[in-house]
Amino acid sequence: MAENVVVADDGVDQSRRKFLTNATIATGAVGAVFVAVPFVESWAPSERARALGAPTEVDVSKIDPGQMTIATWRRQPIYIVRRTPDMVQHLEGHDGDLKDPKSDSSDQPDYAKNILRARNAEYLVLIGTCTHLGCLPKQRFAAGELGPSWPGGFFCPCHGSRFDLAGRVFNGSPASVNLRVPRYEYPNDKLLRVGADEKGVA
Amino acid sequence: MAAKTPSPEVRAPGAPLPDTVNPLPRKGFMGWLNKRMPVDEFIANQLTGYYAPKNFNIWYFFGSLALLVLVMQLLTGIFLTMFYKPGELTSFDSVEFIMREVNSGWLIRYLHSTGASAFFIVVYLHMFRALLYGSYKAPRELLWILGMVVYLALMAEAFMGYVLPWGNMSFWGAQVIVNLFGTIPAIGPPLVEWIRGDYGIADATLNRFFSLHVVAIPLALLLLVMLHLVALRRTGSNNPDGIEIKEKLGADGKPLDGIPFHPYYTVKDVVGVGVFLMLFSIIVFFVPTLGGLFLEGPNFEPANPMSTPEHIAPVWYFTPFYAILRAVPDQRTGALLMGIAVLSFLLLPWLDRSPVKSMRYRGPISRIMLALFAVSFVALGYLGLQPAEGLYVILARIFSVIYFAYFWLMPIYSRPSVDPVKAVPERVVFNAH
Amino acid sequence: MRINRSRVPKGRFLLAVIIECVLATGAAAVFSTVHAEEAGGAGGKEEGGKAAWGADWKSWRAKTDVADTASLQRGARNFANYCLGCHSLKYERWSRLGKDLDIPEDILAKNLLPPGDKPANYILTSMPAADAETWFGKTPPDLSLMARARGKDYLFRLFMTYYSDPTRPTGANNLQLPAIAMPAVLSELEGVKRAVFKDGELDHFEQVAPGRLTRAEYEGFVRDTVNFLDYVGEPTQAARRSLGVWVVLFLLVFTWLAWLMKREFWKDVH
Repeated sequence: MAENVVVADDGVDQSRRKFLTNATIATGAVGAVFVAVPFVESWAPSERARALGAPTEVDVSKIDPGQMTIATWRRQPIYIVRRTPDMVQHLEGHDGDLKDPKSDSSDQPDYAKNILRARNAEYLVLIGTCTHLGCLPKQRFAAGELGPSWPGGFFCPCHGSRFDLAGRVFNGSPASVNLRVPRYEYPNDKLLRVGADEKGVA
Repeated sequence: MAAKTPSPEVRAPGAPLPDTVNPLPRKGFMGWLNKRMPVDEFIANQLTGYYAPKNFNIWYFFGSLALLVLVMQLLTGIFLTMFYKPGELTSFDSVEFIMREVNSGWLIRYLHSTGASAFFIVVYLHMFRALLYGSYKAPRELLWILGMVVYLALMAEAFMGYVLPWGNMSFWGAQVIVNLFGTIPAIGPPLVEWIRGDYGIADATLNRFFSLHVVAIPLALLLLVMLHLVALRRTGSNNPDGIEIKEKLGADGKPLDGIPFHPYYTVKDVVGVGVFLMLFSIIVFFVPTLGGLFLEGPNFEPANPMSTPEHIAPVWYFTPFYAILRAVPDQRTGALLMGIAVLSFLLLPWLDRSPVKSMRYRGPISRIMLALFAVSFVALGYLGLQPAEGLYVILARIFSVIYFAYFWLMPIYSRPSVDPVKAVPERVVFNAH
Repeated sequence: MRINRSRVPKGRFLLAVIIECVLATGAAAVFSTVHAEEAGGAGGKEEGGKAAWGADWKSWRAKTDVADTASLQRGARNFANYCLGCHSLKYERWSRLGKDLDIPEDILAKNLLPPGDKPANYILTSMPAADAETWFGKTPPDLSLMARARGKDYLFRLFMTYYSDPTRPTGANNLQLPAIAMPAVLSELEGVKRAVFKDGELDHFEQVAPGRLTRAEYEGFVRDTVNFLDYVGEPTQAARRSLGVWVVLFLLVFTWLAWLMKREFWKDVH
């Protein structure tokens, strides 16, 4: 006769046993999830990253008309182009050559979902990374610079994507969507603040 | 009476236990897996088929708790390494970065720092169990030695870990301990310079300690703990009565006084884990510095080679040996005795001449000596935290003598002719609970 | 007062118990008032004898509460006005300070933030370290972790035990840190006091010149500032404690369930 151990209990205790086992395992699982939270959280941007990622301010009155300046925001290049009225005019008339002329598939805030892809005609604010694989496109603002029908815009040297003076991508480019527009605002006429708008800080 | 459908858990009283060594072939994924790896066999051999004595008491929680703390230190350590930047100029700042700016960084840090102390509390209690019940005696000598090597690796790991924040105590603690190696005759001073990698504790020292602490010693610890468990499985566990349960087998070939590790001890160990985590959490969340015992005040100031803290003391888990070191007026002899104090544990299986394992059945002298040893260990620990002056020095010397007497007089006092043993029962003493 | 219960009628016994309780409470009240200043911190016996002022300085405790946001706000203001000139808090950001201490952004910018500093900046002092070393003999240390390194009681006693000492280059000395390099920057508030020694120990302080604050006000000022430094030492401590309550409660529930489960399974074992 087995003197020591596993003597069967009747069915009632078995169900109690099952219940307790399941309850303990369930509570333990909940605990395990809560333990995982701080570790997972630790990977999210630290306060230092968030502080360094605060909105960038640029004095746009210093940019000459027709010129571009590059600022940084959250480790990304921000292209700021002061468009001349001539450049703005060249935005029209080539919708047929564009992959996403109305910016339906592209990434921009509501106030940049227009032909200007900006809050106003004068300043274009773009995230200066090609939507193909991330190189920095180069400026080719002069009309005719890249061929007779070239209205002016950007050319990416890595794989040949081309964008117009509102950052909209041309047919034939490896990139499929327009250059991204960050959230931004103008606290006053001279100051551009990238990374914040009416909805708050990005 | 309701008709019972036989289920795997229900067995008629007295029926033989299922054949757990050759498990039934499984269908599905587990069947696929088992054809390629001995999964079910492993579970059967190590868990449901591994029989442990049924009379384990509270002293038997600390092995599984040590494993838990090891896993926790590895996990928190991995995450700390993602943010910590080793280097004279960056270490201290990076720790404060973790404490203040990494999301939940403070929690990961405190888990790791409290875990280090918890590791030693658990390991000391785990070792004490072995002294109480003679778990170091044949055939478990190798198990004991492997455990002692784990302990030595743990001491090295903790020492190097403490240097990493590069606080003032990190620096000066490293300075003192590394200088100890200079007492070794002939090779001492060049050895110290070789360990440091520089003419004083410096960036080179910090960086190599970082590598050893994060990579080398954890790998060694994992290997050693695995070997420790392998050795345990071969001999089986000891128990509070010191009886070898394998000597009394039932008709089914299983020890009469044994119970399958799973589910009985898995279930019991979970309770131990719960209680441990509660106490651990109280410290982590409410008193993480524990009044300077777990995180010392001077370490919140950056390392300063030009300014020694008022009281240099190692962290509490080293202080018993530190007290022995300081008790001796000569530096070289003190270091030697401190080394012997640690290494004496290794020789216990051969110092102990008693035929009986457990203190329950030994004579009064052995029990008193063990009690005195435990008191000395704690007392020396306290004395190691105090400045080495006056009464403290005298007491440290007295307790050091008792400490060594426990080991080195054992070949005499453990003999049954000197200290008569009591009759050891045939079967374990067990009260249902 | 031993009462043999069996020989005393119940009503009398009850009366005796009530009287004992009242006497005990009264004794406790008297006892605690007598030791009030020890329990409450510094100041000595205000009403009784100025002669004993400071004699018990070694037992003075900060008795601050890091959950007291109003105190922390005053401490932040004190720090900006009196300490920031020489000491930095290089691990703390202004924006973090504002968030943890419930200081609105505009007030932070107007009253605390130095001109030209952005809220995300670390709290740095404008004093060049090299000059400080020339003027004071050592660079004023960063104070982010001072409360953790020395303890808040130490810091409290430091600011409460300055005394005038013409032999020192700064004209002031300190009981908690003898030959302190830092001048008595708060003397404008505390006034100047001198220390009278007996047998090498402090016998009592004597106010030599008044400051803008009364003794009680100054003590409150120091308390708030030390409280603030305690917060800066570990800004996450409030979150730590509140999370801890939930963790321990959860573990209680878990352990209780685990224990029930253990007990159930171990019914098998005889």
